[in-house]
Amino acid sequence: MREIEMVIVGGGPAGLSAAIRAYELGIKDILIIERNDSLGGVLRQCIHNGFGLHIFKQELTGPEYAQRLVEKVEEYQIPYRLESMVLNVSSEKVVTVISTYGIENIQAKAVIFAMGCRERPRGAINIPGDRCAGIFSAGTAQELVNMHGYEIGKEVVILGSGDIGLIMARRLTYEGANVKCVVELMPYSSGLKRNIVQCLDDYEIPLKYSSTVTNIVGKERLEGVYVAQVDEYRKPIKETEEFIPCDTLLLSVGLVPENELSKSAGIDLSTITGGAVVDSNMQTSVPGMFSCGNVLHIHDLVDNVTLEAYETAESAAGYLKSGEKGKRMIPVISEDGVRYVVPQYINGLDETAQLDLKFRSFDVYKFTNVSILADGKVVKTSKKRIITPGEMEKITIKGEVLEKIRMAKEVSVRIGGDEVGA
Amino acid sequence: MERRELTCISCPMGCLLSVELDKEQITVTGNSCKIGLEYGKNEVTNPKRMITTSIKIKNQNGVEKMLSVKTSETVPKDRIADCLKEIKKAGITGDFSVGDIVIKNILNLDVEIVATRAIQ
Repeated sequence: MREIEMVIVGGGPAGLSAAIRAYELGIKDILIIERNDSLGGVLRQCIHNGFGLHIFKQELTGPEYAQRLVEKVEEYQIPYRLESMVLNVSSEKVVTVISTYGIENIQAKAVIFAMGCRERPRGAINIPGDRCAGIFSAGTAQELVNMHGYEIGKEVVILGSGDIGLIMARRLTYEGANVKCVVELMPYSSGLKRNIVQCLDDYEIPLKYSSTVTNIVGKERLEGVYVAQVDEYRKPIKETEEFIPCDTLLLSVGLVPENELSKSAGIDLSTITGGAVVDSNMQTSVPGMFSCGNVLHIHDLVDNVTLEAYETAESAAGYLKSGEKGKRMIPVISEDGVRYVVPQYINGLDETAQLDLKFRSFDVYKFTNVSILADGKVVKTSKKRIITPGEMEKITIKGEVLEKIRMAKEVSVRIGGDEVGA
Repeated sequence: MERRELTCISCPMGCLLSVELDKEQITVTGNSCKIGLEYGKNEVTNPKRMITTSIKIKNQNGVEKMLSVKTSETVPKDRIADCLKEIKKAGITGDFSVGDIVIKNILNLDVEIVATRAIQ
């Protein structure tokens, strides 16, 4: 069986960034395994702007961001395989790969999981009605239009006002479709404000808040959908139901980390993030197996995926060079208003100079603060003008505060909360 | 004196701008950077947008491929539809590297259409 030091599953921004940083840290025996026919992951189809402001100090389109990473991979001559699918990763780090060349088992010393995410489908939210053609998840529609040049429909309704739904509202308008409305379950959008402006307002596409699709009608092709307002429990209000004729329905109803391989490797997953439970070294519950990018938790900005992947590569490289180090796992608890925090554990014996805690809130909070507590005492407070579930927050901890945290038995993160020392 | 509240779209921060128009004088507040200042001024006088789209092209060997493109800078908002039409009917052929000019000076707007993907 072939042996490779570092196997990276996934050649999107997380996998590519991890490979680049690992190489720069002296790990040369790397293999990136990618199932598509080119590197870049979902960035290849994200032809719009908004990527790279932090990492490259420029506003790039998705393919351009991917290109920068691919160029570095090519410059470093980091090995990669395309059209190759990892079917299984065992807890002993045997990676089973299938491709047109056949099936192969590779013994890895370290594995970085960077498989990204998939879209929540219609079945997961149980929209009743006919099962006709013309219903697409927003990302699938994006791939069909941007990568294959298909015209997917003329009269469009979009369910979900996350960024993918908003971007596709504009994209389909550019292709001559009539986007009749975007329907959003919550009373606020999880998408960027700039996208509401440049994708909806610019084209006078109405955004119906606190509403949902309650029924789908169509024999072979979609004929229309019923849309109703919802109450404070997000249940449809029958009297508000209206029929909107359309031939295309796009579903932008959530992204789910794709962790089938992580499960087969015996890695503990979080039911809240859908991704692996990791420590402050981005290591999973299985030593030598790491996780980063959308497969760990869904990100909003690819720049943060790259930063997370760099961190992960640093830890994986450290693991390869010095083996399993001493650990003292301090649980990180999500309190008041915080839906989840990554990492879920802090290694108290770690010696890196910086710790990043990433989290998302349950709701929208304005003019508040975020508190970090060590054993019930507030050690750090950050003022925040606004916190929304649609924007991942990051708190960077260094110096004395980091020392206090590493000595604690339990760390928690909460929104609101008292001043330091309380 | 007119006041408008807008969201700056120059970067993902989306700062809330307050733009005051007093005859010829425009004052922008709420911006976090210079780019936001420019955006606020432009948006109330001559709103502009970047365009990103993808088109069917034929590469050097005549194989049909999808090429993603963008404008080299912003174009007037009311010319977006014309630009898209022009890009679509241009019948582009050839191989491209990221950054190559696909259409020069589109509709005399002094803006280039630039490839954002490599095509071989």
